[in-house]
Amino acid sequence: MSYPELMIESIARVEETRSSRLKQIMPRITLEEKQILLENFHPDYKSESFRKLKIGPNRGDKVPHELADLLEARSRIEPKDFDLSRVDYETEVLVIGGGGAGTAAALTAQEQGIDVIIATKLRWGDSNTIMAQGGIQAADKENDSPVRHYIDLVGGGGFVNIPELARALVFDAPMIIRWLESLGVMFDKEPDGTMKTVHGGGTSRKRMHSCRDYTGMEIMRVLRDEARNRGIHVLDFSPAVEILLDESGKCAGAILYDLETEEYFIVKAKATIIATGGMGRLHVQGFPTTNHYGATADGLVLAYRVGAKLIFMDTVQYHPTGVAYPEQILGQLVTEKVRGMGAQLVNNEGFQFINELETRDIVSAAIIRECTDRNLGVVTPTGMVGVWLDTPMIDIKHGSGTTQRTLPAMVRQYMRYQIDITKQPILVYPTQHYQNGGILIDENAQCSIPGLFIAGEASGGVHGRNRLMGNSLLDILVFGRRAGKNAALYASTTKVNSLTLKHLEKFHQELIESGVGLERVSPMLLPDYSSHLSKIRRKGGVIIA
Amino acid sequence: MKTLNEIEVTKKSEFKSTDTKMEFVNIFFAGKRYRVLKGLTILKALEFAGYRLVRGVGCRGGFCGACATVYRTDGDYRIKVGLACQTMIENNMYLAQLPFYPAIKAFYTVDEIKPSGDLFLRYYPEIMKCLQCNTCRKVCPQDLDVMRYIAAAQRGDVSRVADLSFDCLQCGLCASRCPAEIVHYHVAQLGRRSYSRFMQKPSTHLSKRIEEINSGKFNNEIESLIKLDRKELEIIYSQRDIEPEEEIAPKKDED
Ligand SMILES: Cc1cc2nc3c(=O)[nH]c(=O)nc-3n(C[C@H](O)[C@H](O)[C@H](O)COP(=O)(O)OP(=O)(O)OC[C@H]3O[C@@H](n4cnc5c(N)ncnc54)[C@H](O)[C@@H]3O)c2cc1C
Ligand code: SF4
Ligand code: SF4
Ligand code: FES
Repeated sequence: MSYPELMIESIARVEETRSSRLKQIMPRITLEEKQILLENFHPDYKSESFRKLKIGPNRGDKVPHELADLLEARSRIEPKDFDLSRVDYETEVLVIGGGGAGTAAALTAQEQGIDVIIATKLRWGDSNTIMAQGGIQAADKENDSPVRHYIDLVGGGGFVNIPELARALVFDAPMIIRWLESLGVMFDKEPDGTMKTVHGGGTSRKRMHSCRDYTGMEIMRVLRDEARNRGIHVLDFSPAVEILLDESGKCAGAILYDLETEEYFIVKAKATIIATGGMGRLHVQGFPTTNHYGATADGLVLAYRVGAKLIFMDTVQYHPTGVAYPEQILGQLVTEKVRGMGAQLVNNEGFQFINELETRDIVSAAIIRECTDRNLGVVTPTGMVGVWLDTPMIDIKHGSGTTQRTLPAMVRQYMRYQIDITKQPILVYPTQHYQNGGILIDENAQCSIPGLFIAGEASGGVHGRNRLMGNSLLDILVFGRRAGKNAALYASTTKVNSLTLKHLEKFHQELIESGVGLERVSPMLLPDYSSHLSKIRRKGGVIIA
Repeated sequence: MKTLNEIEVTKKSEFKSTDTKMEFVNIFFAGKRYRVLKGLTILKALEFAGYRLVRGVGCRGGFCGACATVYRTDGDYRIKVGLACQTMIENNMYLAQLPFYPAIKAFYTVDEIKPSGDLFLRYYPEIMKCLQCNTCRKVCPQDLDVMRYIAAAQRGDVSRVADLSFDCLQCGLCASRCPAEIVHYHVAQLGRRSYSRFMQKPSTHLSKRIEEINSGKFNNEIESLIKLDRKELEIIYSQRDIEPEEEIAPKKDED
């Protein structure tokens, strides 16, 4: 496939300036310039893309329209008509979501000697966890300390992280790494057992632990294998569509929807853990995403309806370098390593426009400015716009063969489309990456509803307004384990009364009274990527928006 | 003559084209013909054709192995395989998805999988039936030398199995084509866990730090940080010293 004509002309301009750019470092911009850049071009500052919620615990708070559309929506079931007397599964702990957080929670709950069921939407492990490449943080080296980790964490998060959650994260971190080590996770180590650690964005010590270029996959594989060995009961292709309460207002399980048979199943549980991950597939403001197919904010919707509060949902993390061409891999992650190794960001004319080592929000905003206001982006045949990431510079700077050696997966991926990244630059544009906020929890991973625990990307507070790389894989295990343990303890002392969906009736009533109405249905479960034409056909030829 | 598809796509579409020439190809999904836009991956072509996939899709980025696909191309007798999210369609491609493959996994506790000459044979004796046909290697979408790690497993070479199999997505394609009915990816998983648990040395700095934390060494410092107001925290943050970076390939920013 390689590049089409117009893009090749632009590449020629990039090549022309390359030798002079090699000697040139773009100066960093001042604090004031940063603020102006963010306010004008960072998606979080685009006020028309947000709206205030009309109902629920966060009434009056602004969230992206795409999320508001799901929070302000009715259930797919009719609560009055739903028969709750026919319970299909009864368990002590129900875990919703089979990613890293959910599986860690299930393992830990089971260690307390109680029954656990995991219900997940796709296959077990099909998740954001499996896609994490970079690494996991823990302050376990001599020159480091949990105190330093804490400072880096809250500095990165804009100084609004919830202190108790931040403390839990940094104190539990070494214990989590030890747990993974004992389960047989293959960390990158020196022969004497010392962990090989590197820097990540915003770290003051090298505390990023890795498993080659597949850290998340390795962790997920081992946790899943362990849970299989221990015989943990998993219901896959069975997303939760509603949380159940009992008459006393405690959480009492969930309603699952079998995606294949289209049946509903009732799980009665003494404690429930939501570990449903993020929301990349909402494509906030139309951005492409790095997230997996099932990242549709379901957990937020479910928790919101039973009265749990959300926090920091007005900030979304964009990764500055998502793939903008070829269309086949649109939105996928181009690791920061590429910029770290010297590849510059260059516009359609072949000129640099930002120091590529500025923070992620600044680089994203600068790329967006180049592609919109300044009209210096490169347009692809499918109408996507992006800027060049001048990858051939890596080999020029560090010697030929460096790219192949350090970024083999990326070289392989582009070669599938006849693009040799060691010879030609690649086109990038910011991509929706991480849900900074989520359902507010306390140190015990509990939300405001008794019996309902939250872990992982679905939860909010620990990262403040901005998560740093490597703290998310850590967070899902720290709070996954805390949720599992506390849910088990709670379950062993609680009794569930008769089930009810009264909260849902009330929620529907609020939808009507606030004027939102009952038209929209959520949770989304899966995005619909079928073509526009097939959507029309499905509606019997009616043109839909 | 243009099909309805072509007219619609060029008129109003999610593919805002700047060079309006849209080309179409035929694909046969489970034997049924669909006309789809040229240049898509198998995954996106199925969605273009109207499928709202539940099975056979996960990460959409080549990490999860949910989208294993078997296909044949025009005029070629050979069966080919690939990941639907990573493989481009070709005209007259015949394909079927293989989102699940029945496989047996051995159950063990991690303490009982100490490396030994017969570790793999104990749990997966069928590995001795390998015919060395090399099919597993040829189908692996990660280009792993699957046959070689099976040979290493036969010898009980745990570290070799772990190293050679590390990039495995557990997609199941190797197992689906193996005449000896070996489940390679489970063999590999056993090897990696055994290696990491018993052949890699545990980190002593880790034990030390856990002891320090448990003994309360950092409690006071953290508690006093928690009490600080934002301004004071900002100062501490901006004045913190940063460990110098000496590698040629620094990792910067979030992934
Ligand atoms: C490409 C990429 C690279 C990343 N790199 C890093 C990195 O290097 N370091 C780092 O720390 N972090 C990284 N992250 C972030 C990190 O991987 C995730 O934030 C984290 O793994 C989330 O874990 P989780 O268990 O909370 O959610 P997930 O792993 O996404 O799991 C959630 C699970 O819940 C299921 N689910 C969803 N809805 C429902 C429902 N209604 N009912 C039942 N189940 C449901 C999903 O299908 C999924 O299996 C990266 C993320 C991506 C996408
Ligand atoms: S496909 Fe099976 S029999 Fe053939 S080489 Fe691989 S393991 Fe051996
Ligand atoms: S070794 Fe087998 S399961 Fe693993 S990636 Fe290769 S073909 Fe897939
Ligand atoms: S969808 Fe995950 S590998 Fe293709």
